[in-house]
Amino acid sequence: MDMTRRYHSVQLEKDRCKGCTNCLKRCPTEAIRVHGGRAHILSALCIDCGECIRVCDYHAKIAVTDPMDCVRDWKYTIALPAPSLYGQFRGLARPDFVLEALYRLGFDYVFEVARGADIVTRAIREKLKQPCLPRPLISSACPAVVRLIQVRFPELLDNVVDMRQPMEVAASVARAEFCRIKGCSPEEVGCFFITPCPAKMTAIHNPLGQEKSELNGAISMMEIYGLLLPHIHDMLHDPNYVPATRYGVGWATSNGEAQAVCPENSLSVDGIPNVIRVLEEVENNKLTDLVYLEGNACIGGCVGGPLTFENNYVAENSVRKMVKRMPDTHPDTVVPPSDLNKYPLRNDLPFEPNDAAMLDDNMTEAMRKMQRMNEILERLPGYDCGSCGSPTCAAFAEDIVRGHCTEMDCIHVMKDRLRVMAQEMVELAQTRRE
Amino acid sequence: MDALFQTTYPVESADYTSAGRASADIKRKLKQLGVGGDVLRRVAVASYEVELNLVIHSLGGELSLSVYPDTVQLVSSDRGPGIPDLEMAMREGYSTANDEARSLGFGAGMGLPNMKRNADDFEIASTVGVGTTITMGFRLN
Repeated sequence: MDMTRRYHSVQLEKDRCKGCTNCLKRCPTEAIRVHGGRAHILSALCIDCGECIRVCDYHAKIAVTDPMDCVRDWKYTIALPAPSLYGQFRGLARPDFVLEALYRLGFDYVFEVARGADIVTRAIREKLKQPCLPRPLISSACPAVVRLIQVRFPELLDNVVDMRQPMEVAASVARAEFCRIKGCSPEEVGCFFITPCPAKMTAIHNPLGQEKSELNGAISMMEIYGLLLPHIHDMLHDPNYVPATRYGVGWATSNGEAQAVCPENSLSVDGIPNVIRVLEEVENNKLTDLVYLEGNACIGGCVGGPLTFENNYVAENSVRKMVKRMPDTHPDTVVPPSDLNKYPLRNDLPFEPNDAAMLDDNMTEAMRKMQRMNEILERLPGYDCGSCGSPTCAAFAEDIVRGHCTEMDCIHVMKDRLRVMAQEMVELAQTRRE
Repeated sequence: MDALFQTTYPVESADYTSAGRASADIKRKLKQLGVGGDVLRRVAVASYEVELNLVIHSLGGELSLSVYPDTVQLVSSDRGPGIPDLEMAMREGYSTANDEARSLGFGAGMGLPNMKRNADDFEIASTVGVGTTITMGFRLN
């Protein structure tokens, strides 16, 4: 599989990059190198988590999403707001105020992704009744976490739930509903996700577990926030509004999904380094007593996405307060069993391992490279300073055997070499004519 | 046949802070060599269990990884104390882990049975007062 030129929402703004080591050191999959005074993203390793966007002081890392204008390319457009959007507005009493505001921005139909989450919740709960499931079952809701597993924990892919993401399910339902009401054909309708993160944007253009996404694009929460704000406190709302449950809305924050799907025996973890630590436990067979694992790349869950406006802790609190006012109905009682067969819920493709970590296609050659890597590593100082442009000395040794750089790119190795050369010059200068 | 790649990790007794590092590195290396799927999963479990056994039960020792064209081999050898009753030690649920290990969640008595279950070939030899050697082979398909 050619993974070198896949689509990524996370991009580098070349002119703004200073070539510092902030993103280099913080990328959880070591997917960044700094060469020629600027950062480069290794496409095969990038999981679009957006960590580099957060840590770049020069705003050189950006998430490419669809501009608001793209809705003009369609005869009809549907907005699908992620539940994390509700957390952006302090004191928001009900989700439908936000939905109404989206109508005012010109969308023809608005459908809560939280309703998709309700359906997915119900479907996963049905799946959990099956015997002999791998333990723990790992959520597939956060695309950055799924890609992290593909690249760093490929042997855990069988544990990942083979279920579509709530946004995909919501788009299927919304498009079908709208076409029925309007009597139009599905091709005339553009579905746009209001996204808190670049990972979801990437999942639309380069889908996980399905050939083609049900969505046509994603609009950044950051971009739409300012446009929505003036409309948000109008008390007008749609009398035909079918609300999502508090559980579906709860998917906006960390632990929301786990509480909806398997409150009896689940674990929820947020922040990529924390997710990695828990996945290592799973890998070591230490969590076989656990039924369900929810992992979120962002601290606080989706409300902490790199494209959100509000502080993630404040947003989490806003969602929690709003959810408390909602009736305590569970998706089990709201989602009819017939819905589980009506729309595509299961993935059509398996999650494939990402073999970008492999040193060579040929194992004998890979071993030769590894041997050389170890020899090089012993000669390196072990400072992991990043001055060479690789995140650690080990990654640098790997980059050398892959042919991307040479040992002299390490300033410490070079200084030692210069010292030897200087010494030789002194000795040379002191040599007398016999 | 000579191993195409070989590396050894020293493992200290009761060193819980670095416990798991050797097995984490073994996993990383195998992924780089292109070992994946079921074999990687089984090596991951067995290498962690055997490393933890060295930390919890031994007086210190080493864990070595050898990769052959058709097999991954893990060998753990320690400097004692040795296992008096191997048959008993191989039973599920039997453990001699001390309170410190148990307080950290270990000592379920599944270590050796788990290794045996996950390896394609499993050999254990032990002499009280000398040490224990565990050899595990995982066939590459």
